[in-house]
Amino acid sequence: MIAAIRSEILKLTSVRLWWVLLLILVGYVGFTAALLAGLFGALGDQMSAQEGAPQFPDGLLPPIVYSTATAIGYVFPLILGALAVTSEFRYQTLTPTFLAQPRRSVVLGAKLVVLAVAGALYGVAALVASVGLGAPVLTLVGVPAGLDDGDTWLLMARVVLAMALWAAIGVGLGTLIPNQVASIVIVLAFTQFLEPILRVGTSFIEWTAAVGRFLPGAASDALVGASVFTSLGSGTATVEPLEWWQGGLVLAAYGAVVAVIGALTTWRRDVT
Amino acid sequence: MPDRTTIEFSGLTKTFGTVKAVSDLSFRVEPGVVTGFLGPNGAGKTTSLRMLLGLVTPTSGTATFGGVAYRDLENPLATVGTALEASSFHPGRSARKHLEVYAAAAGLPPSRIDFVLGLVGLSTYAERRAGGFSMGMRQRLGLASALLGDPGVLVLDEPTNGLDPEGIRWMRGFLRSRAAEGRTVLVSSHVLSEVQQSVDRVIIISRGRSVFEGTLDSLERGGAVRVDSPDRRYSRRSPSPAWRRDEPRRACSSRVRPQSRSAISPSPREFP
Repeated sequence: MIAAIRSEILKLTSVRLWWVLLLILVGYVGFTAALLAGLFGALGDQMSAQEGAPQFPDGLLPPIVYSTATAIGYVFPLILGALAVTSEFRYQTLTPTFLAQPRRSVVLGAKLVVLAVAGALYGVAALVASVGLGAPVLTLVGVPAGLDDGDTWLLMARVVLAMALWAAIGVGLGTLIPNQVASIVIVLAFTQFLEPILRVGTSFIEWTAAVGRFLPGAASDALVGASVFTSLGSGTATVEPLEWWQGGLVLAAYGAVVAVIGALTTWRRDVT
Repeated sequence: MPDRTTIEFSGLTKTFGTVKAVSDLSFRVEPGVVTGFLGPNGAGKTTSLRMLLGLVTPTSGTATFGGVAYRDLENPLATVGTALEASSFHPGRSARKHLEVYAAAAGLPPSRIDFVLGLVGLSTYAERRAGGFSMGMRQRLGLASALLGDPGVLVLDEPTNGLDPEGIRWMRGFLRSRAAEGRTVLVSSHVLSEVQQSVDRVIIISRGRSVFEGTLDSLERGGAVRVDSPDRRYSRRSPSPAWRRDEPRRACSSRVRPQSRSAISPSPREFP
Protein backbone atom coordinates (compact mmCIF):
# COMPACT_ATOMS: atom_id res chain seq x y z
CA MET A 1 0.00 0.00 0.00
CA ILE A 2 2.89 2.36 0.84
CA ALA A 3 4.41 1.65 -2.59
CA ALA A 4 1.06 2.26 -4.28
CA ILE A 5 0.66 5.55 -2.41
CA ARG A 6 4.15 6.70 -3.42
CA SER A 7 3.34 5.83 -7.02
CA GLU A 8 0.09 7.82 -6.92
CA ILE A 9 1.88 10.85 -5.44
CA LEU A 10 4.38 10.69 -8.32
CA LYS A 11 1.56 10.37 -10.85
CA LEU A 12 -0.12 13.47 -9.48
CA THR A 13 2.99 15.63 -9.18
CA SER A 14 4.68 14.62 -12.46
CA VAL A 15 2.14 16.31 -14.73
CA ARG A 16 1.11 19.93 -14.82
CA LEU A 17 -2.57 19.55 -14.03
CA TRP A 18 -2.33 19.94 -10.23
CA TRP A 19 -0.77 23.37 -10.23
CA VAL A 20 -2.81 24.70 -13.13
CA LEU A 21 -6.01 23.83 -11.24
CA LEU A 22 -4.50 25.20 -8.02
CA LEU A 23 -3.68 28.56 -9.62
CA ILE A 24 -7.22 28.93 -10.97
CA LEU A 25 -8.67 27.89 -7.60
CA VAL A 26 -6.60 30.43 -5.66
CA GLY A 27 -7.31 33.23 -8.14
CA TYR A 28 -11.05 32.51 -8.32
CA VAL A 29 -11.56 32.12 -4.56
CA GLY A 30 -9.34 35.10 -3.68
CA PHE A 31 -11.15 37.37 -6.12
CA THR A 32 -14.62 36.29 -4.96
CA ALA A 33 -13.73 36.58 -1.27
CA ALA A 34 -12.37 40.10 -1.71
CA LEU A 35 -15.39 41.09 -3.78
CA LEU A 36 -17.89 39.75 -1.23
CA ALA A 37 -16.03 41.34 1.68
CA GLY A 38 -15.96 44.70 -0.06
CA LEU A 39 -19.53 44.53 -1.31
CA PHE A 40 -21.23 43.41 1.91
CA GLY A 41 -18.94 45.56 4.03
CA ALA A 42 -19.88 48.65 2.09
CA LEU A 43 -23.55 47.58 2.06
CA GLY A 44 -23.48 47.16 5.83
CA ASP A 45 -21.98 50.62 6.21
CA GLN A 46 -24.72 52.16 4.12
CA MET A 47 -27.48 50.36 6.01
CA SER A 48 -26.17 51.29 9.43
CA ALA A 49 -26.12 54.93 8.28
CA GLN A 50 -29.89 54.76 7.94
CA GLU A 51 -31.94 54.75 11.10
CA GLY A 52 -34.00 51.60 11.65
CA ALA A 53 -32.56 49.65 8.71
CA PRO A 54 -31.77 45.92 9.26
CA GLN A 55 -28.21 45.37 10.36
CA PHE A 56 -25.81 42.53 9.67
CA PRO A 57 -25.40 40.75 12.96
CA ASP A 58 -21.87 40.90 14.25
CA GLY A 59 -19.64 38.07 13.10
CA LEU A 60 -21.92 36.96 10.26
CA LEU A 61 -19.85 38.30 7.43
CA PRO A 62 -16.37 36.76 7.97
CA PRO A 63 -17.59 33.11 7.79
CA ILE A 64 -19.44 33.89 4.53
CA VAL A 65 -16.31 35.45 3.04
CA TYR A 66 -13.90 32.76 4.25
CA SER A 67 -16.14 29.84 3.27
CA THR A 68 -15.96 30.84 -0.40
CA ALA A 69 -12.99 28.44 -0.28
CA THR A 70 -15.48 25.58 -0.36
CA ALA A 71 -18.70 27.26 -1.50
CA ILE A 72 -17.21 28.02 -4.92
CA GLY A 73 -13.87 26.20 -4.68
CA TYR A 74 -15.11 22.64 -4.09
CA VAL A 75 -15.35 21.91 -7.80
CA PHE A 76 -11.54 22.02 -8.15
CA PRO A 77 -10.63 19.06 -5.89
CA LEU A 78 -13.63 17.27 -7.40
CA ILE A 79 -12.18 17.70 -10.91
CA LEU A 80 -8.66 16.82 -9.74
CA GLY A 81 -9.95 13.57 -8.26
CA ALA A 82 -12.01 12.67 -11.31
CA LEU A 83 -9.11 13.38 -13.69
CA ALA A 84 -6.73 11.27 -11.60
CA VAL A 85 -8.83 8.27 -12.56
CA THR A 86 -10.16 9.14 -16.01
CA SER A 87 -6.71 10.06 -17.36
CA GLU A 88 -5.59 6.50 -16.58
CA PHE A 89 -8.38 5.22 -18.80
CA ARG A 90 -7.83 7.86 -21.46
CA TYR A 91 -4.07 7.37 -21.86
CA GLN A 92 -4.27 3.61 -21.25
CA THR A 93 -1.90 3.91 -18.31
CA LEU A 94 -4.12 1.45 -16.45
CA THR A 95 -2.11 -1.24 -18.25
CA PRO A 96 1.27 -0.38 -16.66
CA THR A 97 -0.49 0.51 -13.41
CA PHE A 98 -2.15 -2.90 -13.08
CA LEU A 99 1.00 -4.66 -14.28
CA ALA A 100 2.94 -3.07 -11.42
CA GLN A 101 0.14 -3.67 -8.91
CA PRO A 102 -2.28 -6.37 -10.07
CA ARG A 103 -4.45 -5.98 -6.96
CA ARG A 104 -6.71 -3.29 -8.31
CA SER A 105 -8.36 -2.44 -5.01
CA VAL A 106 -4.95 -1.44 -3.63
CA VAL A 107 -4.53 1.01 -6.52
CA LEU A 108 -7.97 2.50 -5.91
CA GLY A 109 -7.35 2.76 -2.16
CA ALA A 110 -4.05 4.53 -2.74
CA LYS A 111 -5.73 6.96 -5.14
CA LEU A 112 -8.42 7.78 -2.58
CA VAL A 113 -5.82 8.44 0.13
CA VAL A 114 -3.49 10.53 -2.04
CA LEU A 115 -6.28 12.58 -3.61
CA ALA A 116 -7.91 13.22 -0.21
CA VAL A 117 -4.60 14.64 1.02
CA ALA A 118 -4.24 16.67 -2.19
CA GLY A 119 -7.81 17.95 -1.69
CA ALA A 120 -6.96 18.98 1.87
CA LEU A 121 -3.93 20.89 0.56
CA TYR A 122 -6.18 22.55 -2.02
CA GLY A 123 -8.38 23.52 0.94
CA VAL A 124 -5.43 25.12 2.72
CA ALA A 125 -4.48 27.03 -0.44
CA ALA A 126 -8.09 28.17 -0.98
CA LEU A 127 -8.21 29.43 2.63
CA VAL A 128 -4.97 31.31 2.16
CA ALA A 129 -6.72 33.03 -0.74
CA SER A 130 -10.13 33.63 0.89
CA VAL A 131 -8.79 34.70 4.30
CA GLY A 132 -5.64 36.31 2.94
CA LEU A 133 -7.64 38.66 0.71
CA GLY A 134 -11.00 38.64 2.53
CA ALA A 135 -9.71 39.58 5.99
CA PRO A 136 -7.80 42.74 4.94
CA VAL A 137 -10.75 43.91 2.84
CA LEU A 138 -13.16 43.33 5.77
CA THR A 139 -10.85 45.31 8.05
CA LEU A 140 -10.65 48.03 5.44
CA VAL A 141 -14.45 48.45 5.34
CA GLY A 142 -14.62 48.39 9.11
CA VAL A 143 -15.91 44.87 9.77
CA PRO A 144 -14.06 42.81 12.42
CA ALA A 145 -12.18 40.06 10.57
CA GLY A 146 -12.81 37.55 13.35
CA LEU A 147 -9.35 36.02 13.21
CA ASP A 148 -9.08 36.12 17.01
CA ASP A 149 -12.21 33.98 17.21
CA GLY A 150 -11.75 30.22 17.75
CA ASP A 151 -14.89 29.51 15.73
CA THR A 152 -13.29 31.04 12.65
CA TRP A 153 -10.38 28.61 12.92
CA LEU A 154 -12.74 25.68 13.44
CA LEU A 155 -14.54 26.73 10.28
CA MET A 156 -11.25 26.70 8.43
CA ALA A 157 -10.50 23.17 9.67
CA ARG A 158 -13.90 22.04 8.39
CA VAL A 159 -13.17 23.69 5.02
CA VAL A 160 -10.02 21.56 4.74
CA LEU A 161 -11.99 18.42 5.61
CA ALA A 162 -14.69 19.23 3.05
CA MET A 163 -12.12 19.77 0.29
CA ALA A 164 -10.48 16.41 1.12
CA LEU A 165 -13.87 14.68 0.87
CA TRP A 166 -14.64 16.37 -2.45
CA ALA A 167 -11.40 15.08 -3.96
CA ALA A 168 -12.27 11.56 -2.80
CA ILE A 169 -15.75 11.91 -4.32
CA GLY A 170 -13.97 12.90 -7.55
CA VAL A 171 -11.97 9.66 -7.50
CA GLY A 172 -15.14 7.66 -6.99
CA LEU A 173 -16.88 9.54 -9.77
CA GLY A 174 -13.94 8.90 -12.11
CA THR A 175 -14.18 5.16 -11.51
CA LEU A 176 -17.92 5.29 -12.04
CA ILE A 177 -17.66 7.34 -15.27
CA PRO A 178 -14.25 6.55 -16.80
CA ASN A 179 -14.87 8.61 -19.92
CA GLN A 180 -12.93 11.80 -19.25
CA VAL A 181 -15.10 14.17 -21.26
CA ALA A 182 -18.35 12.72 -19.91
CA SER A 183 -16.99 12.86 -16.40
CA ILE A 184 -16.00 16.54 -16.60
CA VAL A 185 -19.24 17.53 -18.33
CA ILE A 186 -21.27 15.80 -15.61
CA VAL A 187 -19.24 17.46 -12.83
CA LEU A 188 -19.65 20.92 -14.31
CA ALA A 189 -23.30 20.51 -15.29
CA PHE A 190 -24.23 19.16 -11.87
CA THR A 191 -22.24 21.50 -9.66
CA GLN A 192 -22.65 24.70 -11.64
CA PHE A 193 -26.19 24.30 -12.93
CA LEU A 194 -28.30 21.38 -11.76
CA GLU A 195 -27.54 21.43 -8.05
CA PRO A 196 -27.99 25.20 -7.51
CA ILE A 197 -31.39 24.91 -9.23
CA LEU A 198 -32.34 21.88 -7.14
CA ARG A 199 -31.26 23.59 -3.95
CA VAL A 200 -33.35 26.65 -4.66
CA GLY A 201 -36.20 24.59 -6.09
CA THR A 202 -36.48 22.34 -3.06
CA SER A 203 -36.31 25.14 -0.54
CA PHE A 204 -39.94 26.25 -0.82
CA ILE A 205 -41.84 23.24 0.47
CA GLU A 206 -41.21 21.64 3.84
CA TRP A 207 -40.58 18.05 2.75
CA THR A 208 -38.54 18.88 -0.38
CA ALA A 209 -36.42 21.23 1.68
CA ALA A 210 -35.78 18.38 4.08
CA VAL A 211 -34.59 16.24 1.17
CA GLY A 212 -32.65 19.11 -0.40
CA ARG A 213 -30.42 19.27 2.67
CA PHE A 214 -28.90 15.99 1.54
CA LEU A 215 -27.71 17.26 -1.85
CA PRO A 216 -23.90 17.04 -1.89
CA GLY A 217 -23.34 20.78 -2.14
CA ALA A 218 -25.81 21.44 0.67
CA ALA A 219 -24.14 18.79 2.82
CA SER A 220 -20.78 20.39 2.14
CA ASP A 221 -22.10 23.81 3.19
CA ALA A 222 -23.58 22.24 6.32
CA LEU A 223 -20.22 20.67 7.14
CA VAL A 224 -18.40 23.97 6.72
CA GLY A 225 -21.15 25.82 8.58
CA ALA A 226 -21.43 28.81 6.30
CA SER A 227 -21.86 29.58 2.66
CA VAL A 228 -22.78 32.53 0.57
CA PHE A 229 -25.55 30.38 -0.92
CA THR A 230 -27.22 29.35 2.36
CA SER A 231 -26.93 32.89 3.67
CA LEU A 232 -28.71 34.25 0.65
CA GLY A 233 -31.18 31.35 0.90
CA SER A 234 -34.30 32.18 -1.04
CA GLY A 235 -36.57 29.42 0.25
CA THR A 236 -39.62 29.99 2.36
CA ALA A 237 -39.69 26.60 4.07
CA THR A 238 -38.09 26.48 7.48
CA VAL A 239 -36.08 23.32 7.92
CA GLU A 240 -33.26 22.89 10.38
CA PRO A 241 -30.03 22.62 8.40
CA LEU A 242 -27.88 19.54 8.99
CA GLU A 243 -25.37 19.62 11.81
CA TRP A 244 -21.79 20.03 10.63
CA TRP A 245 -20.94 16.42 11.43
CA GLN A 246 -24.07 15.21 9.69
CA GLY A 247 -23.06 17.17 6.60
CA GLY A 248 -19.62 15.58 6.77
CA LEU A 249 -21.08 12.09 7.03
CA VAL A 250 -23.44 12.71 4.10
CA LEU A 251 -20.53 13.95 2.00
CA ALA A 252 -18.36 10.97 2.97
CA ALA A 253 -21.28 8.66 2.14
CA TYR A 254 -21.48 10.12 -1.37
CA GLY A 255 -17.77 9.39 -1.82
CA ALA A 256 -18.07 5.85 -0.48
CA VAL A 257 -21.11 5.01 -2.63
CA VAL A 258 -19.63 6.20 -5.94
CA ALA A 259 -16.23 4.61 -5.18
CA VAL A 260 -17.76 1.24 -4.25
CA ILE A 261 -20.03 1.16 -7.30
CA GLY A 262 -17.11 2.18 -9.52
CA ALA A 263 -14.81 -0.41 -7.94
CA LEU A 264 -17.36 -3.16 -8.54
CA THR A 265 -18.05 -2.16 -12.16
CA THR A 266 -15.58 -0.35 -14.44
CA TRP A 267 -12.54 -0.86 -12.20
CA ARG A 268 -12.91 -4.64 -12.51
CA ARG A 269 -13.39 -4.70 -16.23
CA ASP A 270 -10.95 -6.10 -18.78
CA VAL A 271 -8.18 -3.66 -19.63
CA THR A 272 -7.76 -3.84 -23.39
CA MET B 1 18.02 -12.91 -11.76
CA PRO B 2 15.09 -15.05 -10.66
CA ASP B 3 14.77 -18.75 -11.39
CA ARG B 4 14.00 -20.13 -14.80
CA THR B 5 10.29 -19.79 -15.34
CA THR B 6 8.05 -21.59 -17.79
CA ILE B 7 4.96 -19.87 -19.13
CA GLU B 8 2.06 -22.22 -19.52
CA PHE B 9 -1.16 -21.58 -21.39
CA SER B 10 -3.79 -24.19 -20.65
CA GLY B 11 -7.13 -24.29 -22.40
CA LEU B 12 -7.26 -20.51 -22.47
CA THR B 13 -10.53 -19.23 -23.92
CA LYS B 14 -12.02 -15.75 -24.20
CA THR B 15 -15.41 -14.90 -25.58
CA PHE B 16 -16.49 -11.31 -26.23
CA GLY B 17 -20.25 -11.50 -26.61
CA THR B 18 -20.72 -14.07 -29.34
CA VAL B 19 -17.21 -13.70 -30.74
CA LYS B 20 -14.65 -16.26 -29.68
CA ALA B 21 -11.44 -14.24 -29.61
CA VAL B 22 -9.32 -17.05 -28.23
CA SER B 23 -10.34 -20.70 -28.08
CA ASP B 24 -8.74 -23.44 -26.09
CA LEU B 25 -5.19 -22.17 -26.43
CA SER B 26 -2.59 -24.48 -24.87
CA PHE B 27 1.17 -24.23 -25.16
CA ARG B 28 4.33 -23.84 -23.12
CA VAL B 29 7.04 -21.22 -23.40
CA GLU B 30 10.37 -22.53 -22.13
CA PRO B 31 13.24 -20.54 -20.67
CA GLY B 32 16.52 -20.20 -22.53
CA VAL B 33 15.03 -19.69 -25.97
CA VAL B 34 13.21 -16.89 -27.74
CA THR B 35 9.66 -17.92 -28.56
CA GLY B 36 7.75 -16.14 -31.29
CA PHE B 37 3.99 -15.76 -30.92
CA LEU B 38 2.77 -15.21 -34.43
CA GLY B 39 -0.48 -14.62 -36.16
CA PRO B 40 -2.21 -12.11 -38.41
CA ASN B 41 -3.85 -9.01 -36.97
CA GLY B 42 -6.94 -9.90 -35.02
CA ALA B 43 -5.86 -13.49 -34.42
CA GLY B 44 -6.08 -13.06 -30.66
CA LYS B 45 -2.40 -12.52 -29.82
CA THR B 46 -2.88 -9.41 -27.73
CA THR B 47 -5.96 -10.78 -25.99
CA SER B 48 -4.00 -13.94 -25.09
CA LEU B 49 -1.12 -11.91 -23.72
CA ARG B 50 -3.48 -9.67 -21.74
CA MET B 51 -5.09 -12.74 -20.20
CA LEU B 52 -1.62 -14.05 -19.33
CA LEU B 53 -0.92 -10.74 -17.57
CA GLY B 54 -4.14 -10.60 -15.59
CA LEU B 55 -5.47 -7.58 -17.48
CA VAL B 56 -8.26 -9.53 -19.16
CA THR B 57 -10.19 -12.22 -17.31
CA PRO B 58 -10.36 -15.47 -19.32
CA THR B 59 -13.74 -17.03 -19.98
CA SER B 60 -12.10 -20.33 -19.12
CA GLY B 61 -8.65 -21.86 -18.86
CA THR B 62 -5.48 -20.54 -17.26
CA ALA B 63 -2.18 -18.92 -18.15
CA THR B 64 0.56 -19.02 -15.54
CA PHE B 65 4.21 -18.31 -14.84
CA GLY B 66 5.68 -21.46 -13.31
CA GLY B 67 2.20 -22.36 -12.12
CA VAL B 68 1.40 -18.94 -10.62
CA ALA B 69 -1.15 -16.58 -12.18
CA TYR B 70 0.14 -13.04 -12.77
CA ARG B 71 -2.30 -11.57 -10.25
CA ASP B 72 -0.87 -13.87 -7.57
CA LEU B 73 2.80 -13.11 -8.25
CA GLU B 74 4.64 -11.90 -5.17
CA ASN B 75 6.63 -9.32 -7.08
CA PRO B 76 5.18 -8.97 -10.57
CA LEU B 77 7.61 -6.49 -12.19
CA ALA B 78 10.63 -8.38 -10.84
CA THR B 79 9.25 -11.62 -12.26
CA VAL B 80 7.74 -10.62 -15.59
CA GLY B 81 8.71 -7.67 -17.77
CA THR B 82 6.02 -6.56 -20.17
CA ALA B 83 5.80 -4.19 -23.10
CA LEU B 84 2.34 -4.25 -24.62
CA GLU B 85 1.43 -1.42 -26.96
CA ALA B 86 3.64 1.61 -27.39
CA SER B 87 1.05 4.15 -26.28
CA SER B 88 0.51 3.61 -22.56
CA PHE B 89 2.06 6.88 -21.46
CA HIS B 90 0.64 10.05 -20.07
CA PRO B 91 1.74 12.48 -22.79
CA GLY B 92 2.56 15.15 -20.20
CA ARG B 93 4.89 12.95 -18.17
CA SER B 94 8.61 12.72 -18.91
CA ALA B 95 10.23 9.38 -19.68
CA ARG B 96 12.07 9.40 -16.36
CA LYS B 97 8.93 10.28 -14.36
CA HIS B 98 7.01 7.56 -16.18
CA LEU B 99 9.56 5.00 -15.03
CA GLU B 100 9.64 6.50 -11.52
CA VAL B 101 5.86 6.04 -11.18
CA TYR B 102 6.02 2.31 -11.89
CA ALA B 103 9.31 1.66 -10.12
CA ALA B 104 7.68 3.19 -7.02
CA ALA B 105 4.53 1.10 -7.45
CA ALA B 106 6.59 -2.09 -7.63
CA GLY B 107 8.97 -1.04 -4.87
CA LEU B 108 12.01 -1.17 -7.18
CA PRO B 109 15.17 0.83 -6.44
CA PRO B 110 15.38 4.19 -8.28
CA SER B 111 18.88 3.26 -9.45
CA ARG B 112 17.27 0.93 -11.99
CA ILE B 113 15.75 3.90 -13.83
CA ASP B 114 19.02 5.37 -15.11
CA PHE B 115 20.24 1.89 -15.87
CA VAL B 116 17.30 0.92 -18.08
CA LEU B 117 17.20 4.35 -19.74
CA GLY B 118 20.83 3.85 -20.73
CA LEU B 119 20.18 0.29 -21.82
CA VAL B 120 17.51 1.28 -24.35
CA GLY B 121 19.37 4.42 -25.40
CA LEU B 122 16.93 6.99 -24.00
CA SER B 123 19.23 8.73 -21.50
CA THR B 124 19.41 11.95 -23.48
CA TYR B 125 15.61 12.11 -23.80
CA ALA B 126 14.83 11.19 -20.20
CA GLU B 127 13.49 14.61 -19.20
CA ARG B 128 11.34 15.04 -22.31
CA ARG B 129 7.61 14.49 -22.17
CA ALA B 130 6.56 11.19 -23.71
CA GLY B 131 3.83 12.93 -25.73
CA GLY B 132 6.51 14.21 -28.12
CA PHE B 133 8.17 10.84 -28.61
CA SER B 134 8.41 9.11 -31.97
CA MET B 135 7.09 5.58 -32.34
CA GLY B 136 10.60 4.18 -32.00
CA MET B 137 11.24 6.14 -28.81
CA ARG B 138 7.92 4.96 -27.38
CA GLN B 139 8.92 1.38 -28.09
CA ARG B 140 12.20 1.95 -26.28
CA LEU B 141 10.45 3.49 -23.31
CA GLY B 142 8.07 0.53 -23.23
CA LEU B 143 11.04 -1.82 -23.23
CA ALA B 144 12.69 0.22 -20.48
CA SER B 145 9.55 -0.27 -18.32
CA ALA B 146 9.68 -4.00 -19.04
CA LEU B 147 13.30 -4.20 -17.87
CA LEU B 148 12.82 -2.15 -14.67
CA GLY B 149 12.58 -5.14 -12.37
CA ASP B 150 15.33 -7.19 -14.10
CA PRO B 151 12.73 -9.92 -14.70
CA GLY B 152 13.39 -13.54 -15.63
CA VAL B 153 10.49 -13.48 -18.09
CA LEU B 154 9.95 -11.01 -20.92
CA VAL B 155 6.59 -10.68 -22.67
CA LEU B 156 6.77 -8.25 -25.57
CA ASP B 157 3.93 -7.42 -27.96
CA GLU B 158 5.21 -6.39 -31.40
CA PRO B 159 8.44 -4.93 -29.97
CA THR B 160 9.98 -4.11 -33.33
CA ASN B 161 7.02 -2.04 -34.59
CA GLY B 162 8.24 1.41 -35.48
CA LEU B 163 11.90 0.69 -34.92
CA ASP B 164 14.45 1.60 -37.56
CA PRO B 165 16.67 -1.18 -39.03
CA GLU B 166 19.38 -0.40 -36.53
CA GLY B 167 16.86 -0.64 -33.70
CA ILE B 168 15.45 -3.91 -35.01
CA ARG B 169 18.95 -5.36 -35.23
CA TRP B 170 19.66 -4.21 -31.69
CA MET B 171 16.40 -5.73 -30.45
CA ARG B 172 17.19 -9.09 -32.03
CA GLY B 173 20.59 -9.25 -30.41
CA PHE B 174 19.11 -8.10 -27.13
CA LEU B 175 16.39 -10.77 -27.07
CA ARG B 176 18.89 -13.49 -27.97
CA SER B 177 21.30 -12.47 -25.23
CA ARG B 178 18.46 -12.40 -22.69
CA ALA B 179 17.39 -15.90 -23.67
CA ALA B 180 21.00 -17.07 -23.56
CA GLU B 181 21.09 -15.97 -19.92
CA GLY B 182 18.33 -18.46 -19.24
CA ARG B 183 15.44 -16.04 -19.31
CA THR B 184 12.08 -16.82 -20.85
CA VAL B 185 11.32 -14.57 -23.83
CA LEU B 186 7.93 -14.46 -25.56
CA VAL B 187 7.66 -12.06 -28.50
CA SER B 188 4.51 -11.55 -30.53
CA SER B 189 4.51 -10.33 -34.09
CA HIS B 190 2.35 -10.39 -37.16
CA VAL B 191 5.40 -10.24 -39.41
CA LEU B 192 7.34 -13.50 -39.59
CA SER B 193 10.46 -11.99 -41.10
CA GLU B 194 10.82 -9.56 -38.24
CA VAL B 195 11.26 -12.35 -35.74
CA GLN B 196 12.67 -14.96 -38.14
CA GLN B 197 16.25 -14.24 -37.25
CA SER B 198 15.70 -13.98 -33.55
CA VAL B 199 13.28 -16.71 -32.52
CA ASP B 200 14.01 -20.38 -31.91
CA ARG B 201 10.46 -21.61 -31.51
CA VAL B 202 7.21 -20.32 -32.84
CA ILE B 203 3.59 -20.62 -31.90
CA ILE B 204 1.25 -19.51 -34.64
CA ILE B 205 -2.36 -18.69 -33.93
CA SER B 206 -5.11 -17.85 -36.30
CA ARG B 207 -8.69 -16.92 -35.40
CA GLY B 208 -7.94 -17.57 -31.76
CA ARG B 209 -6.67 -21.12 -32.31
CA SER B 210 -3.17 -22.47 -32.24
CA VAL B 211 -2.30 -23.75 -35.71
CA PHE B 212 1.39 -24.46 -35.33
CA GLU B 213 3.79 -25.00 -32.51
CA GLY B 214 7.43 -25.99 -32.96
CA THR B 215 10.83 -24.89 -34.11
CA LEU B 216 11.34 -22.53 -36.98
CA ASP B 217 13.03 -25.31 -38.95
CA SER B 218 10.03 -27.57 -38.76
CA LEU B 219 7.88 -24.63 -39.79
CA GLU B 220 10.03 -24.08 -42.85
CA ARG B 221 9.89 -27.74 -43.76
CA GLY B 222 6.29 -28.36 -42.86
CA GLY B 223 4.56 -26.06 -45.27
CA ALA B 224 1.35 -26.13 -43.25
CA VAL B 225 1.49 -22.39 -43.02
CA ARG B 226 2.21 -20.38 -46.10
CA VAL B 227 4.62 -17.54 -45.71
CA ASP B 228 3.28 -15.11 -48.18
CA SER B 229 5.21 -12.32 -49.78
CA PRO B 230 5.78 -10.93 -53.23
CA ASP B 231 9.12 -12.60 -53.05
CA ARG B 232 8.21 -16.05 -51.94
CA ARG B 233 11.20 -17.78 -53.52
CA TYR B 234 13.46 -15.67 -51.40
CA SER B 235 11.58 -16.55 -48.26
CA ARG B 236 11.78 -20.24 -49.10
CA ARG B 237 15.51 -20.04 -49.30
CA SER B 238 15.63 -18.65 -45.84
CA PRO B 239 18.79 -19.29 -43.87
CA SER B 240 19.64 -22.70 -42.53
CA PRO B 241 19.78 -23.08 -38.75
CA ALA B 242 23.58 -23.34 -38.77
CA TRP B 243 23.87 -20.19 -40.81
CA ARG B 244 21.60 -18.35 -38.44
CA ARG B 245 23.57 -19.37 -35.44
CA ASP B 246 26.92 -18.56 -36.97
CA GLU B 247 26.16 -15.20 -38.42
CA PRO B 248 23.05 -13.87 -36.83
CA ARG B 249 23.96 -10.32 -37.71
CA ARG B 250 24.09 -10.76 -41.45
CA ALA B 251 20.44 -11.47 -41.65
CA CYS B 252 19.50 -8.35 -39.82
CA SER B 253 22.00 -5.89 -41.16
CA SER B 254 20.54 -2.63 -42.25
CA ARG B 255 21.38 -3.40 -45.86
CA VAL B 256 18.21 -2.98 -47.86
CA ARG B 257 16.86 -6.28 -49.03
CA PRO B 258 14.54 -6.62 -51.97
CA GLN B 259 11.67 -7.67 -49.70
CA SER B 260 12.08 -7.86 -46.03
CA ARG B 261 8.52 -7.87 -44.81
CA SER B 262 6.87 -11.16 -45.46
CA ALA B 263 3.54 -11.47 -43.73
CA ILE B 264 1.88 -14.60 -42.53
CA SER B 265 -1.17 -15.24 -44.54
CA PRO B 266 -4.12 -16.57 -42.58
CA SER B 267 -5.47 -18.48 -45.52
CA PRO B 268 -7.63 -21.04 -43.71
CA ARG B 269 -7.53 -23.83 -46.27
CA GLU B 270 -3.80 -24.10 -45.84
CA PHE B 271 -4.04 -24.73 -42.16
CA PRO B 272 -4.38 -28.32 -41.03
